[in-house]
Amino acid sequence: MTAWTLLIIAALTVTGFFIGRARAQGLRNAGAARLHSLPTYHGLLMASMGFAAACVTTLAVAYVAGPDSMIMPAAAALLGTSAIAASHPLITREFRARNCFEYFVMLVLIACSGVAILTTIGIVFSVLFETLAFFREVSVIEFLFGTHWAPTSTPASFGFIPLLAGTLLITLIAILVAGPLGLLSAIYMAEYSSRSLRGVLKPVLEILAGVPTVVLGFFAALTVAPLIRNSGEAFGLAVASESALAAGLVMGMMIVPLISSLADDIINAVPQSLRDGSYAMGATKSETIKRVVLPAALPGIVSAFMLAISRAIGETMIVVMAAGLAANLSFNPLKAVTTITVQIATLLVGDQEFDSAKTLSAFALGFVLFCFTLVLNFVALRIVQRYREQYD
Amino acid sequence: MIDKFQKGDPARLAKRYSSERRFQAYGAAALAISVLFLAYLIIDIGIKAWPSFFEHRVVLQFNLDPGKIDFTNVQKGDFTGLIKDSLRALFPTVTDRADKKNLTALLSVGAADDLRDQIVANPSSIGTTVNAGALLSDDADLYFKEGFSSTIKTAGKTNLQLAQTGEEYLFSGDTSQLAVGQIVRTNGGALRITSLEAGIAKAEALMVPENLNSLIPGSWDLLSLSETEAERSIDDRSTVWLEALRDKGLIEKHFAWRFFTAGDSREPELAGLRGAITGSLLTLIMTLSLSVPLGIAAAVYLEEFAPKNRWTEVIEVNINNLAAVPSIIFGLLGLAVFLNFFGLPRSAPLVGGLVLALLVLPTIIIASRAALNAVPPSIKEAALGVGASHQQAVFHHVLPLAVPGILTGTILGVARALGETAPLLMIGMVAFIVDVPKGFTEAATVLPVQIYLWSDLPEVAFQSRTAAAIIVLLVILFCLNAVAIYLRKRFERRW
Repeated sequence: MTAWTLLIIAALTVTGFFIGRARAQGLRNAGAARLHSLPTYHGLLMASMGFAAACVTTLAVAYVAGPDSMIMPAAAALLGTSAIAASHPLITREFRARNCFEYFVMLVLIACSGVAILTTIGIVFSVLFETLAFFREVSVIEFLFGTHWAPTSTPASFGFIPLLAGTLLITLIAILVAGPLGLLSAIYMAEYSSRSLRGVLKPVLEILAGVPTVVLGFFAALTVAPLIRNSGEAFGLAVASESALAAGLVMGMMIVPLISSLADDIINAVPQSLRDGSYAMGATKSETIKRVVLPAALPGIVSAFMLAISRAIGETMIVVMAAGLAANLSFNPLKAVTTITVQIATLLVGDQEFDSAKTLSAFALGFVLFCFTLVLNFVALRIVQRYREQYD
Repeated sequence: MIDKFQKGDPARLAKRYSSERRFQAYGAAALAISVLFLAYLIIDIGIKAWPSFFEHRVVLQFNLDPGKIDFTNVQKGDFTGLIKDSLRALFPTVTDRADKKNLTALLSVGAADDLRDQIVANPSSIGTTVNAGALLSDDADLYFKEGFSSTIKTAGKTNLQLAQTGEEYLFSGDTSQLAVGQIVRTNGGALRITSLEAGIAKAEALMVPENLNSLIPGSWDLLSLSETEAERSIDDRSTVWLEALRDKGLIEKHFAWRFFTAGDSREPELAGLRGAITGSLLTLIMTLSLSVPLGIAAAVYLEEFAPKNRWTEVIEVNINNLAAVPSIIFGLLGLAVFLNFFGLPRSAPLVGGLVLALLVLPTIIIASRAALNAVPPSIKEAALGVGASHQQAVFHHVLPLAVPGILTGTILGVARALGETAPLLMIGMVAFIVDVPKGFTEAATVLPVQIYLWSDLPEVAFQSRTAAAIIVLLVILFCLNAVAIYLRKRFERRW
């Protein structure tokens, strides 16, 4: 039925356009006086009347009678046709069809830009409701300060601290890898490399940024983790096969392009006059970079790191595939730890009863994750914005 | 102090210059690490993936007796039995029940379907004897792939005498070439050495020899397997059979078209990507048809029409934040809103497309705004100057000039959506689905989720399939990016 309805709506829109335009054309041919609007606008207006009427009807019927009902295409056709018929006598010489149509377009545009807001509201509410339901069963104190996470055992315990520790450990490793690499890459590309070398390196980093995380997860689990375990054993260290180190390293490589591209933009935004001043004092290039460019770019670099941290905390597939499931409270990078996102993914894949604390806890974790990343992003973007204004 | 600087301090200068060179080297090293990591990633996965693009078949002779296969109802024919009989006919000495079962286990369960399809396509072959390739099972298939089997074949160089006492066989003579665990193939049989003492090698029969003739150089050879039988997925007896098939020239290597034309399967050698690719395609159609119009409309409004006030500022901040929200959160949104509240079907490309559309919407909006912003204001002003309305100026003049930039941004958004996994796990696109999806509301899976699913499976052959699926995904993404770069280069205008 959906396909039929869509077809009817499309047909109504097209016929509406031609009817409207033909009538306006007729008026133009008949009378000596000029029309206010071009015939095309009369057609467009009529088409949008038919389209809007049919769409509203469809949605209303779908809500009342379900999307499979036979009434849906019929009602859409009926109301769409009558809207076209009703607007037919409106077409006169003086009628301001263009203004009306532009008003309609503006409404559509505003509605479209509202979708982003709706998405945010949707996220907040969908996560919030389930989280509140979760906290009716488990106390907030136990969740935030408990040190034992075992949602599937009986009795279940929902202490969030081991997950937080695991997430922070992996994030820390990732930033330790990505921070220096990304920043130095950006400095090299912005200050040292020739134009042609830059033209090669930038796409390479873009490719690295475009590698799907499920691929990196596979690589981390099947290549990097055994590599680390074997080299650890060579030094007599016991390394877990799902060590935090493997996941952290690969995640770090994932974040390198993010940091380098943000830092690249920021370093390029530092005015040349600052550099020239430093060179004039006899400073070498590296001294200029270390003492003039980087301090000037510091706020931007800090915000780049914050965005990178938020990305690392929210990353899912690498840790799902390469990090562990058991919630160990440990800061040893050679041990297996679990993260917030791993737990969300494992708790929600498979059977789903929305009344169990186990499922609801995933939403509580999601809520924490959302708040975490939101604060980081918000502050970081604020810094970037303020900083950009400073030099513009 | 002043004196020192006026004259210059060569040592200090040298130090400063060396620090300069060091710093530059750090930068180059950092970039080199990224490049090497990417190269290692692609090569490593490529090497793992390569075997999966090929499959091995054993050529068997089938006597298509019309008494066995009903000409009028080919679908009902017992092709499994037919194939088993043909394979057993090659090894008449295998009589033990368990051995016979192991022998036929070398063939894939899909071999019978292949044969049936072949006969359905060519019914005139019924009543004749035909040669056809039968697909090997995953373990047998891997045996013939490089890097997976460790069998070393050496020609026999010494003279040996063979004797039989009950079940046991004895080698005497120059046994210097033999070692325990090795397999001697001679006289149409295969004997595994069980002990070697004082020049006498005791052996058990893996395949019973036809006679007990003495062994002369060239009449026998030796199979040595570096791993113990327990470590291998193919036992010694099967190794002997497979080697015998290879020696007879019955093993054929083909390009595995099946990998692209088949749906998912529990059997690695039968599993293909068609279902996942179709699912990805349906999901992407849904994503694009929603996010592109919405994204462009929002970008046009925010860039060209929106008044600078609190409300538009809120929208802007909101879009920027949304672009950095973890993707798994969008999965939670899809689960709570689309599945639980609106009751849309689980695992469907419809829901997956909706979630991904919301996910890439901020990316498309931001890219489109940048593209619109890059069009110089003089274009719009000229249109306004000759009497166009504001909307006419934007839609007739500014927007067409921004299309290449918008397109580039959209393609990059598509590439992101194509590689996204986590939100789709939340809305249940992780089910094992054999059938190729036919519509937006049918259960489906997508390429990255298929990769995730396969990577979890214990069979060794699936590891290679996973890598091959990754290569397919990367190739698609690479093409998308190449198109984006081409568009950017081709249509980019400097004003």
